[in-house]
Amino acid sequence: MENLGYLFAAYTLIWVAIFGYILFIHIKQRKLQQQIELLQKATEKPESAND
Amino acid sequence: MNKKNILRDYLLAGLGIGLMIAALYMVFMYVPTDKHTGIVQRIFYFHVPVAWVAFLAFFITFIYSILYLWKRNMKLDAIASASAEIGVIFTTLVLITGPIWAKPIWGIWWTWDARLTTSLVLWVIYIAYLLVRSFTGEPGRSARYSAVVGIIGFIDVPIVFLTVNLWRTQHPTAIIFEGGLTTPMLITLMVCIAAFTVLYIILTIQDARLKNMESEVRRLNNRLV
Repeated sequence: MENLGYLFAAYTLIWVAIFGYILFIHIKQRKLQQQIELLQKATEKPESAND
Repeated sequence: MNKKNILRDYLLAGLGIGLMIAALYMVFMYVPTDKHTGIVQRIFYFHVPVAWVAFLAFFITFIYSILYLWKRNMKLDAIASASAEIGVIFTTLVLITGPIWAKPIWGIWWTWDARLTTSLVLWVIYIAYLLVRSFTGEPGRSARYSAVVGIIGFIDVPIVFLTVNLWRTQHPTAIIFEGGLTTPMLITLMVCIAAFTVLYIILTIQDARLKNMESEVRRLNNRLV
């Protein structure tokens, strides 16, 4: 079981990086979706006012 | 998002999780420990697939950069830039896991041999790609400039791959193609490569979607102004 620390470090780093990146994408997508919905409502308002 | 895309996302996620569980099981339970280098050799089963994904990612960036310059469609640029971003993350992982594996085997963290140096150069090239995108400002111009970097930068990928055959390096040669692996080792490596390839596809789709959403926000903002 020599060098187990190196093996642990390598696998931990890979998983932290992958999960970190997935989390980053997920959070950013959610924020952008909220922004898009707000902007869509804002751009629809003047049009419905004209009707 | 339409139903077809949701179904595709779920199928890919299921396949990715299944393959990754199989890969981890094979790396830690199935494959025998290497006689010469011991347990630390198991880094190989993730180090090589991560490097493979980095090369694949830069190849996709290369292809989609050419397609963008030809068609001038921002959705093509979104895929090129998403793939480059993932390529940088995976190259970073290669540059970190490599030294972690090298230290107990070679006795040193790093050496300026051809494979390691060209890999570092590759990382710097695609960091430059991302910097060009963030500093150029206007989306059309940023896509054009980065597409050129994405095409020229790809020249380094075959160089990195061939270094171990062209020069005498500390880094081992491609033992996969030389029959240097036992059957369980080869099967484990193939499962790991499949798992990481599916992971790459999932990440690219999600990141490209993110970039398309950013474009949509810009478009709606412009409509309001």
